[in-house]
Amino acid sequence: MSLSFLFVQLLNGVQFGMLLFLLSAGLTLVLGIMNFVNLMHGSLYMVGAYAAVAAFEKTSSFVAAGAIAVSATVLVGLVVERLVLRRLYRREHLAQVLATLGMIMIFNELVRFVWGASAQSMDVPAAFSQPILLLGLPYPSYRFVVIGVGALVGIGLYILIHRTRLGILIRAAAADPAMTANMGVNVRLLNSTVIGLGAALAALAGLMAAPLSSVQSGMGEPILIMTLVVIVTGGIGSVRGAFFGALIVGVIDTLGRTLLPTLLRELLDRSLAQAIGPAISSMLIYLVMAAVLVVRPQGLFPVKHG
Amino acid sequence: MSTALGAALGVKGLVKRFRGLTATDHADLDFAAGELHALIGPNGAGKTTLINLLSGELQPDAGSITYDGRDITRRSVDQRARSGLVRSYQITSVFPEFTLLQNVMLAVQSLAGHSFSFMRDTRSDPRLIEPALAALELVGLGAQAALPVDTLAHGARRQLELAMVLALRPRVMLLDEPLAGMSGAEADEMVALLTRLKRRYTIVLVEHDMQAVFSLADRLTVLVAGRPIASGTPEAIRNDPRVRDAYLGDAQELM
Amino acid sequence: MRRTIASFGPREWCACALLSALALVPVWAQAIGEPYYLSLVTRIMVLALAAVGLNLVLGYGGMVSLGHALYLGVGAYAVGILSSHGISSGWVHLAAALVVGSAVAAAVGAVILRTSGMAFIMITLAFAQMAYFVVVGLKAYGGEDGLQIDSRSDFGVLQLSSAPVFYYVVLCCLLAVLWGLSRLVHSRFGMVLQGARINERRMAAMGVPCFRYRLVAYVLSAQIAVLSGVLMANLTKFASPSYMQWTLSGELIVMVVLGGMGTLAGPVVGAAVLLVLEEILSSVKLPLPGGLDTVINNHWLAVIGAFIVVVTLTMERGLFGSLRSGRRSA
Repeated sequence: MSLSFLFVQLLNGVQFGMLLFLLSAGLTLVLGIMNFVNLMHGSLYMVGAYAAVAAFEKTSSFVAAGAIAVSATVLVGLVVERLVLRRLYRREHLAQVLATLGMIMIFNELVRFVWGASAQSMDVPAAFSQPILLLGLPYPSYRFVVIGVGALVGIGLYILIHRTRLGILIRAAAADPAMTANMGVNVRLLNSTVIGLGAALAALAGLMAAPLSSVQSGMGEPILIMTLVVIVTGGIGSVRGAFFGALIVGVIDTLGRTLLPTLLRELLDRSLAQAIGPAISSMLIYLVMAAVLVVRPQGLFPVKHG
Repeated sequence: MSTALGAALGVKGLVKRFRGLTATDHADLDFAAGELHALIGPNGAGKTTLINLLSGELQPDAGSITYDGRDITRRSVDQRARSGLVRSYQITSVFPEFTLLQNVMLAVQSLAGHSFSFMRDTRSDPRLIEPALAALELVGLGAQAALPVDTLAHGARRQLELAMVLALRPRVMLLDEPLAGMSGAEADEMVALLTRLKRRYTIVLVEHDMQAVFSLADRLTVLVAGRPIASGTPEAIRNDPRVRDAYLGDAQELM
Repeated sequence: MRRTIASFGPREWCACALLSALALVPVWAQAIGEPYYLSLVTRIMVLALAAVGLNLVLGYGGMVSLGHALYLGVGAYAVGILSSHGISSGWVHLAAALVVGSAVAAAVGAVILRTSGMAFIMITLAFAQMAYFVVVGLKAYGGEDGLQIDSRSDFGVLQLSSAPVFYYVVLCCLLAVLWGLSRLVHSRFGMVLQGARINERRMAAMGVPCFRYRLVAYVLSAQIAVLSGVLMANLTKFASPSYMQWTLSGELIVMVVLGGMGTLAGPVVGAAVLLVLEEILSSVKLPLPGGLDTVINNHWLAVIGAFIVVVTLTMERGLFGSLRSGRRSA
């Protein structure tokens, strides 16, 4: 196991973490501010990915594809919000879970209807197809771009939340939703904005992920569940928690999958390592989540409630 | 230690802060066994916070609470309730889906120490039904036992609340505004009931109804901004100039 | 407060009708020469069993467990793994499944029951997903493709290999569990569980530590799901990671809510309705214009999804729960 291999895997973990961050940031705000269990967040990610692939095919421009994908997904998100989600804010979590589950089914079938069951793919944009050198080691420049985009979004969200009026509203609503509503804030507009922001971030994640993974029906749910792990670990409603939680989950999961089997082969006898290695490495992030829950149930960076 | 009925309760140096606001400010109080001790004070004085600290729903930032000679500051709500320190709520907190009888039966059930019985039907268990009915009759609701709670008027629900407390065979009762929202007739009934219950239990009573307070209380403590400013018999409190000052303009109420 | 036939209302008669119908299915399937329907109804009952178990924590306990399929998987894989090692005794399968399932449920419950609300839901989903990945990672036992089981569990006298015998075994399990739960919900334990759901604060104020009762309820509910998993593996002669997927957990919740959470038999109705609907939508040729019927056959899941959304938005007590009970529920 060489140091360069370790370095590359670490960066891959950070890159995966950035994707998770894009998804978690939007969803954690929806969960924390609106107290709304939005399981269809993964579907928005999927819509973003499909829209990006289709747009890229037509325009051959990554940037244009991105703009189209994000706008289309935000539009879809807002329409669904208006028609379905809005009626669920006051309902119990169970109703929210059920309705969003139904929406997941609808969206999964919808993309299958339009694009068929086989996976779509998108090439890495030409500008980023060559590796770059980091500390003298080659690393795929596209993955590095993903890390960059994630970092930029992180900074952008920080500025949004701490330096703008919208940010003040978001922080107030996250700390005390009832009081914020009582203070005459246009809650409907705030809700739509939060959903729209979440949709945009999910679409961005879908766009960035499209060249790296297969775009197919049902791709949203596995990553949604990892997003939930990130949010629970980081703290519901906390964007800072989403950032650090995503990095932790991304790195642990990637390193676990790539390094643990090798490590186990050194320590245990080959067939045993072969048998249990993959199983154990897939458990890691959930065990970390469980550990955080036992020690600090409100998450690593919880929002302070008023 | 304590008398067979009722137990002594005390707080020393109790402090509770909420984000900059000191709700309980170094409170020292003693509630003697078997006495009915009322807590009065202007709105926001911290009376309910004190009840929450005594019952265990809030943890103090400093200070200690003793019950029957033992320090219970770190004990949880359910531990305190099992040892006989029981509270009632200002906003009625019962089980709306059940009948009155079932509500009180749940309380009786918890006396048994555990409820790991999986087969025996509670609806026909005299060990639960009889004490529950007795508690309901004590508060005057015996006739309505089989009715679901949502058919009940507000005053009757406050009585149910009290029945559930009594069914737990407490030694100390923390009653948070038991008369809240009651009509004149309902309130008189409740006062009569509480008078009958005196001596058998130690009662800490938070109430705004001054007439009731002065007729029931053995001793009164006045809380202002989280701190007890005067403590004594109703007569002494009535004539205490500090208390008049504290109530500024509500002095009429004390009469 | 004992129920008599005189006090039966629409809800009770519906339950009776359902029961009678279920008892006669093998006879009817034999008569019309369609063994497929026998296996379909068996499958409905197996999943109904899991849904009934889930209802204990969901409807009565108020805990939204979105990962109950995990225990179904435990039951199925207990049968699968033991069979693959040559152990075919049904009693061993069942015992092993229940022991492992209870241990997992106790461990998981101890962690998750410290949380509530939104976090609880998300964490149950996460743990089920973890189990899914663990099983997929076990290449020795089929991994992603699942594990074939050569023959059904051997319970000695009972020849599970015969479809009607297996059917009645499943029916008896379902009825036994329903009977047991009917005692449980009115017992002291059941009252505490419901009390904890309705007003946990008051329960604590009465001296009841709710955590331990919830944990026991969670383990019991998991054991029922484990039993369902054992039966499922026997039905399909297959143990698949898909038994642990979030989609199945979601389906179970839909069954419970659709049928009505406040009743014991509700989930059975919910399971029947959902699965029959799935069957009809996916295979029956409906007289619809413009190839719409083919679209529906291929994308029936979307129709189910829309159905779920509409029912959730409009009906708050589920289909069965909306039927009035004969006597005002005590």
